[in-house]
Amino acid sequence: MQLITGRVWKYGDDVNTDVIFPGKYTYTVTDPQEMAKIAFEDLDPNFAKQVQPGDVIVAGKNFGCGSSREQAAFCFKYARVGAVVARSFSRLYFRNCINAGLPALTLPQSPDLFQPGEQITIDLQMGRIFCAAGEYSFPPLPNAVLGIFQQGGLIPYTRKSLGLDGANQR
Amino acid sequence: MGQTFAEKILGRLAGKTVVPGEIVQVSPDFAMSHDNTAAIVKTWQEIGVSRVENPDRHVVVLDHCVPAANEKFAQNHKEIRQFVKEQGIRNFYDIERGICHQVLCEEGFALPGKLIVGSDSHTTTYGAFGAFSTGIGRSEMAAILATGQIWLRVPETMKIVVRGVPPKGVSAKDIMLHIIGSVGADGALYKSVWFTGPTIEALTIDSRMVLTNMAVEMGAKNGYMEPDSKTLAFLDGRAKTGFEPVYSDADAEFDQVLEFDVSNLAPQIACPHTVDNVCPVDQVAGKTIHQIFFGSCTNARLEDFAVVASVLEGKRIHPDIRMIVIPASKQVLQQALKAGFISTLVDAGAVLVNTGCGPCMGNHEGVLAPQEVTLSTSNRNFKGRFGCKEAEIYLCSPLTAAVSALTGKITDSRSSIK
Repeated sequence: MQLITGRVWKYGDDVNTDVIFPGKYTYTVTDPQEMAKIAFEDLDPNFAKQVQPGDVIVAGKNFGCGSSREQAAFCFKYARVGAVVARSFSRLYFRNCINAGLPALTLPQSPDLFQPGEQITIDLQMGRIFCAAGEYSFPPLPNAVLGIFQQGGLIPYTRKSLGLDGANQR
Repeated sequence: MGQTFAEKILGRLAGKTVVPGEIVQVSPDFAMSHDNTAAIVKTWQEIGVSRVENPDRHVVVLDHCVPAANEKFAQNHKEIRQFVKEQGIRNFYDIERGICHQVLCEEGFALPGKLIVGSDSHTTTYGAFGAFSTGIGRSEMAAILATGQIWLRVPETMKIVVRGVPPKGVSAKDIMLHIIGSVGADGALYKSVWFTGPTIEALTIDSRMVLTNMAVEMGAKNGYMEPDSKTLAFLDGRAKTGFEPVYSDADAEFDQVLEFDVSNLAPQIACPHTVDNVCPVDQVAGKTIHQIFFGSCTNARLEDFAVVASVLEGKRIHPDIRMIVIPASKQVLQQALKAGFISTLVDAGAVLVNTGCGPCMGNHEGVLAPQEVTLSTSNRNFKGRFGCKEAEIYLCSPLTAAVSALTGKITDSRSSIK
């Protein structure tokens, strides 16, 4: 697995799916490029305009609480966010990240370790985050779901498990 | 050591004894999707199978934007209707039937001991009948359409014991807001929450559904209550299949046990912009409101209509506010019509809208303008939830909503009922 290097976008506790991807768009905005433009619309309108590939979202506890809408994970993937690092995740959001193949990393330390805009590096294989404040470990994904993540998400994983890899791909 | 409800149900489906933290591969008894079925179908098509693994496993309900508000929603519904026909999904409910969670309960899918997943976070509702039910993502529902399988982590269990007879005018919604305010938005993260105790046993079925519906607002994976004679009476003649109630063993291990005494509980309200930002209503009483939303999968059932109608009977809502009324289902609407509640509400100046989710997704039927304040009987008050990030949403019981409808301000029901 690759190294992720990017700038930190820092947010607080209990960031919910409505501010990440507003409900009014859930049935009308489906194009990946358009979804990327909506990311964080109701929390930080600058995010979608300025985010660069590899950038990392850092937040406090219960990130992604609220709805089951997986667009709240996919919009970051389409914006080419490198990873989401949080003190904890809502269970639905965590699942949606695995299913989207977007790294969702649980770091028990306070997000105050990170400065907004600072460049950090994440080694997924080693389970390490390197930032100005030091070097920190995050727990690996459970083995039972690591395969889904490694295949790039649930749909490629399911195709492979059904022996449909390469056939009928859109 | 005994087993919990969650361990028993997930263990039955996994075919082995399971422990918290373990990840199991299971086939849910039922899988529910709503207007998001169109997007799910597109993802399912990417997998490359041509037939749904088991059409009878799936229940599809159109409720999130019904009738369609524009061409995109209409196209969405059209694709779903085609899909269920092509794939032989018999459990399909079109735009007139109701909010998915209410419909699954009324139609007897929400059954004791079953595992039910839904591509909607409030799928936790069915725990009111002793089911293990939880929300999943769209891709996961697409995978279930293809394989019939999903992975689930076996949750730890939080036992919440509620005691005491609540004061007059204090409802299940007040109790649940109080619990969420105490536990916090992530207080039950990843956990299975068991609501028990004399107060829960005394609640009606309609009221029990309020608690399990909102269990997700404290991060829970599922919320449930043990089935009793009320549950069985409700299910009589309704249950879609046979079922076997599942109970936690007396010596099962719980991660946490919390006790609440509601004997002196005041009416509660969740203030903007988080569901755990809860205080007694009197602390924010007097705040001017512009709209009341009486609806949602949380609080728009018959007993809620009875409460609201009793307050509005022969009266007129405040001229500066509008009141949107959306019954949880067609059955609720029919019963409320029969009981005269609908004409009471309409005579009082309320606006009746087709059953469904209404403005709760910010799609239509009562979205807000900047700086407007709404008082809502629904379950979420996040910024932008009603379509406008500069609006404010307060969550309360149907009674608080009704008394505030008369004054145009947030009002403590104790100041108006004797």
